Amino acid sequence: MNTLQDLARRLMQLDDRVIGCMKCGLCQAVCPMFGASGMEADVARGKLALIDNLAHETIRDPQAVLDKLGRCLLCGSCQAACPPGVKIIDVFMEAREVVTAFLGLHPVKKMIFRTLLARPELFNFAMRVGAPMQSLLFRKTGQAQGTVCAPMLNFMLGDRHMRPLAKKSLHAVYGAINEPRRANGIKVAFFPGCLGDKMYTDMAEACLKVLRHHNVSVFMPDKLACCGIPALSSGDADGMIKELKVNLKALEKGDFDYIVTPCASCTATIKEFWPRYADRLTVKEKNLVLDLSAKAMDINDFLVKKLEVRSAGNTSGAVVTYHDSCHLKKSLGIAAEPRAVATANPEYTLKEMAEADRCCGCGGSFNLFHYDFSRKIGQRKRNNVVATGAQVVAAGCPACMMQLEDVLSQNNDSVKVKHTVELYAENLR
Amino acid sequence: MTSQALIKDFEEMLGKDNVFSSEADRQTYSYDSAVLTPVVPALVVRPITTEQLGLCVKKLYENGIPMTVRGAGSNLSGGTIPDKTDTVVILTNGLTKILEINSNDLYAVVEPGVVTVDLATAVARLNLFYPPDPGSQAVSTIGGNIAENAGGLRGLKYGVTKDYVMGVEFFDATGEIVKSGSRTVKCVTGYNLAGMLTQSEGTLGIISQAILKLVPPPAAQKAMMAEFDDIQKAAEAVSGIIAAHIVPCTLEFLDNNTIVRVDDFTKSGLPRDAAAILLIEVDGHPGQVADEAAVVEKVLKENGATAVHIPKDEQEKTKLWEARRMALPVLARCRPTTVLEDATVPRSQIPAMMKAINEIAAKYKLEIGTFGHAGDGNLHPTFLTDKRDKEEFHRVEEAIDELFDVALKLQGTLSGEHGIGTAKAKWMEKETSRGTILFSQRLRRALDPKGLLNASKLVGI
Repeated sequence: MNTLQDLARRLMQLDDRVIGCMKCGLCQAVCPMFGASGMEADVARGKLALIDNLAHETIRDPQAVLDKLGRCLLCGSCQAACPPGVKIIDVFMEAREVVTAFLGLHPVKKMIFRTLLARPELFNFAMRVGAPMQSLLFRKTGQAQGTVCAPMLNFMLGDRHMRPLAKKSLHAVYGAINEPRRANGIKVAFFPGCLGDKMYTDMAEACLKVLRHHNVSVFMPDKLACCGIPALSSGDADGMIKELKVNLKALEKGDFDYIVTPCASCTATIKEFWPRYADRLTVKEKNLVLDLSAKAMDINDFLVKKLEVRSAGNTSGAVVTYHDSCHLKKSLGIAAEPRAVATANPEYTLKEMAEADRCCGCGGSFNLFHYDFSRKIGQRKRNNVVATGAQVVAAGCPACMMQLEDVLSQNNDSVKVKHTVELYAENLR
Repeated sequence: MTSQALIKDFEEMLGKDNVFSSEADRQTYSYDSAVLTPVVPALVVRPITTEQLGLCVKKLYENGIPMTVRGAGSNLSGGTIPDKTDTVVILTNGLTKILEINSNDLYAVVEPGVVTVDLATAVARLNLFYPPDPGSQAVSTIGGNIAENAGGLRGLKYGVTKDYVMGVEFFDATGEIVKSGSRTVKCVTGYNLAGMLTQSEGTLGIISQAILKLVPPPAAQKAMMAEFDDIQKAAEAVSGIIAAHIVPCTLEFLDNNTIVRVDDFTKSGLPRDAAAILLIEVDGHPGQVADEAAVVEKVLKENGATAVHIPKDEQEKTKLWEARRMALPVLARCRPTTVLEDATVPRSQIPAMMKAINEIAAKYKLEIGTFGHAGDGNLHPTFLTDKRDKEEFHRVEEAIDELFDVALKLQGTLSGEHGIGTAKAKWMEKETSRGTILFSQRLRRALDPKGLLNASKLVGI
């Protein structure tokens, strides 16, 4: 792709999908980004029009179109509500990849996706060096959320309130795990995800505790890479494939029935995005990807469907409200299971918030590049959380948890943020 | 092109965040929901107070710049597509305040950018009811609803937007504020300019505030579905229900093509052999609802309904309405382009209209699915096509011409609720008269001497 015509020709391959947009504009009702900016170019209808125009060369500024495409959380709310059923997220992902390939990936992103996230030993080293330094930089903020802010890193982190990195990452504590099958015979590969391994280790340990409680044997290699969703969201399919190959190598020797993750985004990526790029792999790798995709399960889904965890159905106790992560509900259709897991602990009772399935505004790397909008979208979620009067807000995705902690801490709220499995684990010995 | 100086002026007036001048942004305001050619505006501005709205209009008038007002851009007749490339689009989605909901006097005062469903939800919280429910209510704005006189499913019993407009404030083409109507049920102060602005499609003034009538909500509802093996019988049943002095709040119709398509998609077990189904809901006081439902059921059977289903609980009721709710989405998935028409006939003419639609589909070798508001004769023949196929799309245009001819012959109208815009402007004279066109144009010229307000829409200027 050297010329605009080449780019247009490549984008025309999306034409059959883009044309399905009947321009009804109903995406405006559900799009979190549009809710925050009110701009047509931020909603699916506008973005599809711009992709169409770039394909037909009625706009000849790919950078401008890519910038608009970047103003999207990829939450899939529009696709879930689209009357003519346009595969909007597929189109956006592919368009990001095509236009990024034409313009070239930003060197910093290239370094992160293809080197840091694809090389577990390097990423782990960086984190190991970074974690002890944090206390020098961080100031405590949210009591309830355990967040900190870093005034000295303001140029990089803004005034984010975030969880500090774990003192010791999950794999540093446990090393590689490969337990023999136990009585009930189920064995899972546990994929903690980057956040589960390096930031939310309590959450990941709660998952291991729950699996142990249910006699499930665990396989967890120590050289897992990022699942690839950040690279893919930035249009870097090559970076994602590089990370995928590292994961395949780590997982290929395991003998397990399911691959379970506590991160909605990782699950959605393994289940839906890995197979989509399988044609760019060797036959052996492709078969492994298809096998892993079929075996991938969100941990809530696994606990309810395979281990028959049920809500205790208590109507008193501490109030928990549940936030539906986009990758869980809109991508995987999982909504009842995490609610059941959170309330499987009889100490908790569920109170629904308004707009429980409206995006929290994190969107992974969206939060890095559009923090102002991320906060604005998060504030609406925060208001809905606080209005329930709940002591705890639960989610099934650490990225959402990070966002919820930030917005609640920024508002000095006392609401704690927990993964659903953490709540369940609290009551287990 | 708009001059840099003008852009700067607007940025000073509204703030940089509310002036969109980049090519990519402007391109996204070049279309609406109608299947028409986009026109990219010169600039897009978003006032966030009504004072700013007035200042924008004044500035554009002074500079002789054409303007098109846009809410959610869900218009189905091209009313929010810019007239020319030097048009400035004025967005109302920065004006979203519900200023007052009055439970004692049953009205609400709103800014033009309030989303229809947001108003309906806000008044429902106070146990009040705003009935107009256009299909796009999740995004459509009150300003747009008034400018288009939007309808919906409840038209038969509750009327349409115009029946709820008690008063309107608007800016005329020069930026002067004009006020008409009041918070009172009765008001004969001056011309009924609020009535004139309703359905004016952005050609007479720019709405800055509206007073809307609210009603008490019905205490009970009852829904049912009737199957027919003949469209004629379904239409007779509709007339029979009205003749029995029952006015259901909704009385919807799906033709066989739509039934089969919806059932293919939802697998909800719809009667695939039925020539038509009617979906009916009566509402009101519980006693009245029970009586009316019994009469409706009797009339349906007398008119040859092959089956009448009454949902036992909320879940069954939701499933029943799903068939109607899914009609357009399902039809829209069949082919790349969906052209949704709304030619409307007196309800007694529905069988003749349906027969004509089927003949037109056969004659032009097109697929048309038809559903709609049988109670008020407002059908939605939906053309399933691909606009990239020039030859086929030409046939669609010819078929639509013929469809309008039939509607007018049956003493119906071009448009029940989607508006004229540019899509149907050429047909206006055929339905009305030369005098109507001239009168409307003279009216426009008198009020908008520079011809700046949505110039190409309706009758032109």
